[in-house]
Amino acid sequence: MSKNDRPALSRRQLLVAAGSGMLMAAGVAAAPRAAHAGPAEADEAVKKLIGGASIKEGRVNLKLPQIAENGNTVPFTVSVDSPMTESDYVKSVYIISEGNPFPHVATFNFTPASGKAEVSMRMRMAKTQYVRAVATMSDGSVYQAKQEVKVTIGGCGG
Amino acid sequence: MLTRRDFFQVAAAAAVLSGAAGGLASAAARQAISQTDLLAFKPVGQVTLLSFTDIHAQLRPLYFREPSVNLGVGEVRGLPPHLTGRELLAAFDLKAGSPEAYALSSEDFAALARSYGRVGGLDRMATLVKAIRAERPQNTLLIDSGDTWQGSYTSLKSAGADMVETMNLLGVDVMTGHWEFTYGEARVKELVEQLDFSFLCGNVRDTEWDEDVFEHTAFFDRGGIKVAVIGQAFPYTPVANPRHLIPKWSFGIREDDVQKRIDAARAAGAALVVLASHNGFDVDRKLASRVKGLDVILTGHTHDAIPAVIRAGDTLLVAAGSHGKFLARLDVEVRGGRVVDHAFRLIPVFTDAIAPDPAMAALIDRLRAPHEKELARVLGRTETLLYRRGNFNGTFDDLICQALLAERDAEIALSPGFRWGSSLLPGQDITVEDVYNLTAITYPAVYRNQMSGAALKEILEDVADNLFHPDPYYQQGGDMVRVGGLSYAIDIGKPIGARISDMRLMRTGEPIDAAKTYTVAGWASVNAHTEGPPVYDLVSRHIERNKIIAMPENRSIRVAGG
Amino acid sequence: MASPSIRIKVPEKAAKGEVFEIKTTIGHDMESGQRKDKEGKPIPRRIVNKFVCKYNGKEVFSSDWYPSISANPYLSFHVKATESGTIELAWHDDNGEVYTKTANITVG
Repeated sequence: MSKNDRPALSRRQLLVAAGSGMLMAAGVAAAPRAAHAGPAEADEAVKKLIGGASIKEGRVNLKLPQIAENGNTVPFTVSVDSPMTESDYVKSVYIISEGNPFPHVATFNFTPASGKAEVSMRMRMAKTQYVRAVATMSDGSVYQAKQEVKVTIGGCGG
Repeated sequence: MLTRRDFFQVAAAAAVLSGAAGGLASAAARQAISQTDLLAFKPVGQVTLLSFTDIHAQLRPLYFREPSVNLGVGEVRGLPPHLTGRELLAAFDLKAGSPEAYALSSEDFAALARSYGRVGGLDRMATLVKAIRAERPQNTLLIDSGDTWQGSYTSLKSAGADMVETMNLLGVDVMTGHWEFTYGEARVKELVEQLDFSFLCGNVRDTEWDEDVFEHTAFFDRGGIKVAVIGQAFPYTPVANPRHLIPKWSFGIREDDVQKRIDAARAAGAALVVLASHNGFDVDRKLASRVKGLDVILTGHTHDAIPAVIRAGDTLLVAAGSHGKFLARLDVEVRGGRVVDHAFRLIPVFTDAIAPDPAMAALIDRLRAPHEKELARVLGRTETLLYRRGNFNGTFDDLICQALLAERDAEIALSPGFRWGSSLLPGQDITVEDVYNLTAITYPAVYRNQMSGAALKEILEDVADNLFHPDPYYQQGGDMVRVGGLSYAIDIGKPIGARISDMRLMRTGEPIDAAKTYTVAGWASVNAHTEGPPVYDLVSRHIERNKIIAMPENRSIRVAGG
Repeated sequence: MASPSIRIKVPEKAAKGEVFEIKTTIGHDMESGQRKDKEGKPIPRRIVNKFVCKYNGKEVFSSDWYPSISANPYLSFHVKATESGTIELAWHDDNGEVYTKTANITVG
């Protein structure tokens, strides 16, 4: 893994930096906690991306772990129900974080030649938060899904 | 919740055994329970599913006290397995003082333990399995839902090899895992190679290409039908245990994948689909309500011993306890691709009532022989009952916390909320084996460091949320982190950040100051490079120093919202 | 940073009309711009900010990435097989460099 393989500063690391015994790490550079976005900043980011279109629930399937194993690399998969034809396809999917320093995580741009609108990637997660996936369709309609991911110090199960 | 049929199975089992209840002398009480009674069962249908879970490497008989506090939140409040003591006895119509009451509840535990004796022992388990297989040779499957390779001195010293040998001899058909993974990736792969059966984990993928690491489904022909068993490892292994031991493997509940596996099994002709799961009971109850086509879940992880099958939607859930204390038998009749009838019994493995299987007894003796002297070494004696299970504390954990405070000169001790570990009766010697039964882990270092009051609060809140989050999918299982030198109040019905209050340093009675730092000792850190003496050595030394142990009732935690 | 290691999984063959999966990883720190070094100076942002997939020269999928994307970015996406030819993948670094990798696919 890369030497810089960490988010701005995760809650997990904050606890480590604070000397948490459950994790007790040495040598973690104590960085100031970055300001995090919240739901309002996420709303603002979505508005910038899609304008005034109304957002419907459904069609978008967003999959994330309920509890993150590693805040540095949280896998997500998003898929959108669509025939993906020239006349009816998914144009873009935006991934939006409600808890990271910048809400906008990634944009995925599809074409009918994509065959299906399904992607997987991995994101940093600074703290427990909701992640949203917002999909714009070729007819201008917008759909979204969201899921909560818990970032925990762990260590006591079993 | 309980079907009429389930009820009668429970009632009949209790009636058979309750003849031994009351004030009989212990020898007579033990004689009143017979191997024949324990095996009594009217077979049903094509398939007999035998299962156990969470044996935690216990080869020999032991005492194991079930919890007196096991609270449920939200929709599962007051439902099994969140019933303990008299409520549990009432819910399942079990007579106080009966052998079943002794096996299933904490009521009057020490006294009943003297009457009915130890439980478990893999040689006894082997006898029961062989007898049932002899009765149903073409119908029986034996399934282990995990946490088998860890939890004892011999398993730690052999890095799981003793359990692989005994499980091969027992003739297990499939297993899944959790604590198995704490031996690290390389060792897990070695041990899986040594198994005579499949290690199934449908929810483990590599962190590089996001592809399956293990087999996920095994098929069997039993009683003329095709049976599919899917394995589900503990979804939060890299969160609850050190991720650095298995950095290339990613877990998770992966509900969609479970559905895909079920659909694939059905498409391949399976008439009966079984999940061998280490999700924990509440997670499996939710999973069962959300997936389609799953007939049976043999659930592990949360160590619940439930004397009846629990239904969730069309799925039957079996919770077979822990530590080799029970063997679960579920017979099912399948017609038209669904279960139309079933019979169930959670068979308590009463050690003294069952003849040991000679082959298994010989293997266990051989595996223990090199360690026998050290295992039997007496460190001290306890005057009070020592046990671990309970949401907030157990007396053996209180002893561990006492040892951490004393031996590492700390103000506060933190000890993990593990659910495995045997119990000791008042007056029993405490041996090296007993200490390892509660501490045998591959990351045993006891750290000592400075921690702020704010960080302590955050730890308690975090662990409480892992136990009491109203959505089971966000729970990790395990119990609350145990504390020494610290008292607090908890309202389990509140959200994260608002459950814990009134934290006080017991030495002074002063409230914990968020800005102040405290000297904290603890063990089982999930972080790599944790330094300090191994916890089993530290606790052994403490007991040797004190010789006589007496743990008073712990009154330092006040619980609301239950 | 040396030229990053890129690994990809593209099927060698696909049936006409089949939707196939492409998996990729690229070794990259994805320096977020949020961190400070030991002296407390901000470490400047340097990430891969764009990914493009072309199929026989035509763009079929693209993606824009921001600092929340993990180091050593992994990506899986799909393409519909239409004709034999070349899949060209390109990663655009903040510093202007473009890293590419190609694969051939036979459709029949």
